[in-house]
Amino acid sequence: MNDMRIADRAVDTHGIRIKASAVQVYYGESHAIKDVSVDILDKAVTAFIGPSGCGKSTFLRTLNRMNDTIPICKVQGSILLDGENIYDKRVDPVQLRAKVGMVFQKPNPFPKSIYDNVAYGPRIHGLTRSKAELDGIVESSLRKAALWNEVKDRLHAPGTGLSGGQQQRLCIARAVATSPEVLLMDEPCSALDPIATAQVEELIDELRSNFSVVIVTHSMQQAARVSQKTAFFHLGNLVEYGETSQIFTNPKDPRTESYITGRIG
Amino acid sequence: MTVLPLLMILAVLAAAGFILGRQRALALAGGDTKKLHSLPAYYGWHAAIMAFVPAFCALIVWLLIQPFFIERAALSQLPAAVLEDSTASTLAMADVRRVAAGLDTAVAQGAMTEAAIETMDATVTDLRGELGKVGVALGSAVSSEVLAAAKQYRESVASASVVRAVVIILIAVAALARALKLTAPDFWARNRVEKVVLWLLMLASLIAILTTVGIIWSLLSESFNFFSQYPIGDFFFGLTWNPKFGGGSDLGFIPLFWGTIYITIIALLVAVPLGLFAAIYLAEYASKRTRAWVKPMIEVIAGIPTVVYGLFALITVGPFLRDFFAAPMGLGNSAASVMTAGIVIGLLNIPFISSLSDDIINAVPQSLRDGAFGLGSTKSETIRQVVLPAALPGVAGAILMGASRAIGETMIVVMGAGAAAKLSLNPFEAMTTMTVKIVGQLTGDTDFNSPETLVAFALGMTLFVITLLLNVMAVWIVRKYREQYE
Repeated sequence: MNDMRIADRAVDTHGIRIKASAVQVYYGESHAIKDVSVDILDKAVTAFIGPSGCGKSTFLRTLNRMNDTIPICKVQGSILLDGENIYDKRVDPVQLRAKVGMVFQKPNPFPKSIYDNVAYGPRIHGLTRSKAELDGIVESSLRKAALWNEVKDRLHAPGTGLSGGQQQRLCIARAVATSPEVLLMDEPCSALDPIATAQVEELIDELRSNFSVVIVTHSMQQAARVSQKTAFFHLGNLVEYGETSQIFTNPKDPRTESYITGRIG
Repeated sequence: MTVLPLLMILAVLAAAGFILGRQRALALAGGDTKKLHSLPAYYGWHAAIMAFVPAFCALIVWLLIQPFFIERAALSQLPAAVLEDSTASTLAMADVRRVAAGLDTAVAQGAMTEAAIETMDATVTDLRGELGKVGVALGSAVSSEVLAAAKQYRESVASASVVRAVVIILIAVAALARALKLTAPDFWARNRVEKVVLWLLMLASLIAILTTVGIIWSLLSESFNFFSQYPIGDFFFGLTWNPKFGGGSDLGFIPLFWGTIYITIIALLVAVPLGLFAAIYLAEYASKRTRAWVKPMIEVIAGIPTVVYGLFALITVGPFLRDFFAAPMGLGNSAASVMTAGIVIGLLNIPFISSLSDDIINAVPQSLRDGAFGLGSTKSETIRQVVLPAALPGVAGAILMGASRAIGETMIVVMGAGAAAKLSLNPFEAMTTMTVKIVGQLTGDTDFNSPETLVAFALGMTLFVITLLLNVMAVWIVRKYREQYE
């Protein structure tokens, strides 16, 4: 892992954005997340790593209540976003998801033009008052997603016609356009080739200056490259959570060490 | 020997071929199936196919050619004057076939013997009366030429069937022997059998295509026949439909076309919103349990025969519309109306549109819904702005299929909208459609060569073209707007 950029990436101390305590998730009978407590920092990238089926994606989806769409899923414990419990009855999950955006594993652009894809969020939330303002949001979002130069001449071409890497950056631009406070990314590079992956990783690093980013990844190199904090999940438990440099160089738990050295997983 | 026992013999030969081929392959391999190129059953199938298929093909060719030769032999008995005129010889041949069939029946019932037929003389025996006794009615007395031709016909058929049986069985046995000779451990029986399966599949698709071609050909030839008797411009642009079976009728196509279009539009106005909303509810909102009983319930509607819908239109919907809408609004007092038929056809079409749209909406990838939810859309925003646009091409296809069905519907129109061809905008007026008139012009005792009858084929051709265009349009829409999902 020579390409790790840990040394030159000291974590700034920021406030806590999301405070999850004693979270339990059940899928029917099975207990998918067992008593997980995590603090997600503002303006930092937090990586969730762990073997398949360890619950990292499930936990990510509890952070914007995407699990609400699965009828058999039950969440207990408290998750505070800026001090407010997102599972409170008074919180509308739809409003919450506008504040906590999500990028998925497979690029999923809507069957609309590139422009309409990015404008989707601002339109449904009524964020703009004029066409010019909307144009501005679309442009700045595409710029933030490092896609503007590639698509500025064909904004009205269908989003599904882009390459895989471009589609994923379009989805990031779409998520960014609603100006969320937290951006959740569920294995955003698993369907991409190394070049597109590098572009998206660079993008994640830039997004850190505006948002709090949580990324689920199977690639430990990726976690080491892009994140400041890393959480290792195993069998539904949060085994270890700490500075990325500490997790990768000096893990405290023997299970973490076994996983990052490739003995379990 | 007739065809059926012959086919049974071929089947027995094929079964024997299967057993022999399989056993021979196993014996040649010394009982070790690993030494064989294919599984033993493939050698069996190969032998069975070889025994059956070539002989069967030969039989079909024989059956197609045989009548030609037999009729030529029989016709040689008829006077030369008859043979010169093609119509007369066709009629004479029909007589000959009828008499021959009558003699066959008489023999089968024991009323005559073969020897008696051999010596029979048409001038002495009253053949017409004799055959009448066994239930075969002849149009006229049998002349001696026709009797001679019929005797010749029966003789040729009898001898031909013996020769046929021998030849076909010989072909089958020879092919079976060849198959067994080919059978060897390194013979590629599996590949040969799979090639035959491929041909079978191609044949199946070819038959479907040939049927379409046959339908078009028969419609076209009769339509040309019609247009040679009735001016094409008067048909396509005529504003009155008034067939008179004494001649001098007006056969204008416009009133029927308008009736068809009007009823279809009303049917779609009923079926598309209801069907689509039902599909959205079922695909997106209904719980698994609700869906499990609502979907089959809706589909039950599709299983009801259209004539039952016709009754519903006739005794329920029609009078209801007349008493509560048409009469109070002063739009007429006819129970049979475009509205009645349109609404009932629309109800009939709901399950087609909802079922197809439901499948299409379900095929929209979950990842798109997740994406929309992840951006903070509500369920209805997701459906309206993401799911439906993605499903639109398929839904458009479903709607056009519904339109095709509405255009082709006959029974409900007869019972719901009547059979009077009118050109009117009033939806509570009785009108009729092309399909109803096709049936109307062809039923009853009619002269098959008059424009009043032949117009049915022209209407059929036009209907075919309209539905074909709709289907082509559906395919084009689906191709053009289809989203490629992985």
